[in-house]
Amino acid sequence: MALEPITHVRGRGVVVPGDDIDTDRIIPARYMKVVTFDGLGDFLFRDVRLDDEGRSLGHPLDAPERAGATVLVSGRNFGSGSSREHAPQAIVRAGFRAVVAASFAEIFFANSTTLGLVCLALDPEDLAAVSAAVDADPTAEVAIDVANQTLAVGGRTFQGRLPATAREVLAAGRYDPLAELLAHGDRIAATAARLPYVAEAAS
Amino acid sequence: MHPPRHLFDKVWKAHAVGTLANGQTQLLIGTHLIHEVTSPQAFGMLEDLGLPVRVPHRTFATVDHIVPTDQRSEPFADPLADAMIKALQRNCERHGITYFDLASGHQGIVHTVGPEQGITQPGTTIACGDSHTSTHGAFGAIAFGIGTSQVRDVLATQTIAMTKPKVRRIEVNGALGPGVYAKDVILHIIRTLGVNGGIGYAYEYAGEVFDRMTMEERMTVCNMSIEGGARCGYVNPDATTFAYLEGRPYAPNGADWDAAVDRWRDLASDPGCAYDDVVLLDAADIPPTVTWGINPGQAIGVDEAVPHPDRVAPSERASVLEALAYMKLEGGAPIAGTKVDVAFLGSCTNGRLSDFREAAAVLRGRTVAPGVHAIAVPGSTLVKEACEREGIDQVFKDAGFEWRAAGCSMCLAMNPDKLVGDQLCASSSNRNFKGRQGSPTGRTVLMSPVMVVAAAVTGTVVDARRVFGAATTEA
Ligand code: SF4
Repeated sequence: MALEPITHVRGRGVVVPGDDIDTDRIIPARYMKVVTFDGLGDFLFRDVRLDDEGRSLGHPLDAPERAGATVLVSGRNFGSGSSREHAPQAIVRAGFRAVVAASFAEIFFANSTTLGLVCLALDPEDLAAVSAAVDADPTAEVAIDVANQTLAVGGRTFQGRLPATAREVLAAGRYDPLAELLAHGDRIAATAARLPYVAEAAS
Repeated sequence: MHPPRHLFDKVWKAHAVGTLANGQTQLLIGTHLIHEVTSPQAFGMLEDLGLPVRVPHRTFATVDHIVPTDQRSEPFADPLADAMIKALQRNCERHGITYFDLASGHQGIVHTVGPEQGITQPGTTIACGDSHTSTHGAFGAIAFGIGTSQVRDVLATQTIAMTKPKVRRIEVNGALGPGVYAKDVILHIIRTLGVNGGIGYAYEYAGEVFDRMTMEERMTVCNMSIEGGARCGYVNPDATTFAYLEGRPYAPNGADWDAAVDRWRDLASDPGCAYDDVVLLDAADIPPTVTWGINPGQAIGVDEAVPHPDRVAPSERASVLEALAYMKLEGGAPIAGTKVDVAFLGSCTNGRLSDFREAAAVLRGRTVAPGVHAIAVPGSTLVKEACEREGIDQVFKDAGFEWRAAGCSMCLAMNPDKLVGDQLCASSSNRNFKGRQGSPTGRTVLMSPVMVVAAAVTGTVVDARRVFGAATTEA
């Protein structure tokens, strides 16, 4: 299960303004009635993009010049609320490779990293400058350097924050931990054997 | 002699399988709970990889989010919901997983079923693909929500990769005023520390207020830890915990019970242990609390005014304006008196027997205000039956509430119970996000069950003490 190492993300950006954008907004619950994640990208931010009749509400994601953007720029505490992996899955399946925000909710960050979605945090002033640069020029390239935790756009480079654990697993292509977890079968058995409530019920 | 340690450290250490290359801990998950929404993709991934479920007897399933609460015969009217329940059943059968299905009589919201079956126990690690897994911390367990890829990891290995959080002790001492409930305590904590305040922390709830709480009240508090940004929250196990668990189907029995209680007692935080942070709150400062905005931290005492955008910190202004516009509330105006269209009593926060008992005690002999749609939804089939044995269902029906079957119902919009248009709902649930209750413009005001009843009978957000008198709402 070797995965593609992720050292850089380069692409055009789109700004979805607002703080505390929660997972119910990212993917409304009624679109989670699915048994696979396929097609979830179509419902990203559904309730703020389309009205009840399916007409565009002029959301930034639907601006023609933003088609194909791969870097989503938002506000503080992005991805708060539920543990639903449907949220980062919808973002990834809509074509995004990175989210840039002032901060991230914890479970959202963990879920995203597992999928190889880079979540870079920027100081609020830097985030405002990046948002302005992206808003001003739909063709501007946003370049994220994972190892250096930096974001470059419009000729300026900003120092961001990406925890070391996330940087390492992204760069090594080990962001999905399953292979490493599976490799320790004996240690799992030994730990379970020491815990009465796990061991006792063993059949 | 060990240096004094808190419960979190002891439980974490006992479940640590090893350290991964990136420095995270491989943590054994002793108890895995699953439901229909976040598990089918995980089983799909497992099958794609050709992997079995490693410890099927430590995974327990039920169905809650998508079940209709009125007409429950299968197939469901909604083909998507029907496909989801069939997928869960198939996956449980194929892998030998215990499934509390609709026919079992034990179905309910996953966070209600775990405790009432005695599956939720002190000193355990509990994971579920649902953020309100923090509920189970009420028993002194480390319990947290996980994403679907991690559900796959638990199925395949019974472990996950996790970074150890810091631990903050939140101590609330003194006595709660009359008409102040566990729900008010946690809304007050989130209001005080903020929706981001708990990021990177596990919360230990301690002090006189939590010592005196019943298990159901502790569950209400731990349930909403996640709304304060903390991935989990717990209360140290004590005599209240053991009394609740004794005799439950999955609790240890006989000599095993005594041994378990001895072990559990030792797990409680040692006196004098060190915490990464300590917050002290006074119970007397906690009013009956309601939310006015679009996240659970946007909360005020029911007698207070909604924040005025000109009188908040500049960094807060944009979010206050956004919340006021969405909620159609006027900054600076009192929240009391706000017209209510829907009253919802239920959810994993406040859908247990004690919630319905308290609500029925004040509702008896009163009627729902004209124009208010009121529904009461037990958190589990066992709660529903217990209510019906006590005649509580009749109190609700006589008052004009709809009495429903167990499920998540109007807490979120994955079943037929939904707000319509910009209806405003007085809700005993845990989230007031935009669109949470099923309409993209629907509005949610979170509050305690007794306050929901007060809202139902008056048709407005109101201080329950003014409606029922302080004496009848003695907490
Ligand atoms: S009752 Fe609400 S919060 Fe609880 S599990 Fe169901 S949907 Fe989630």
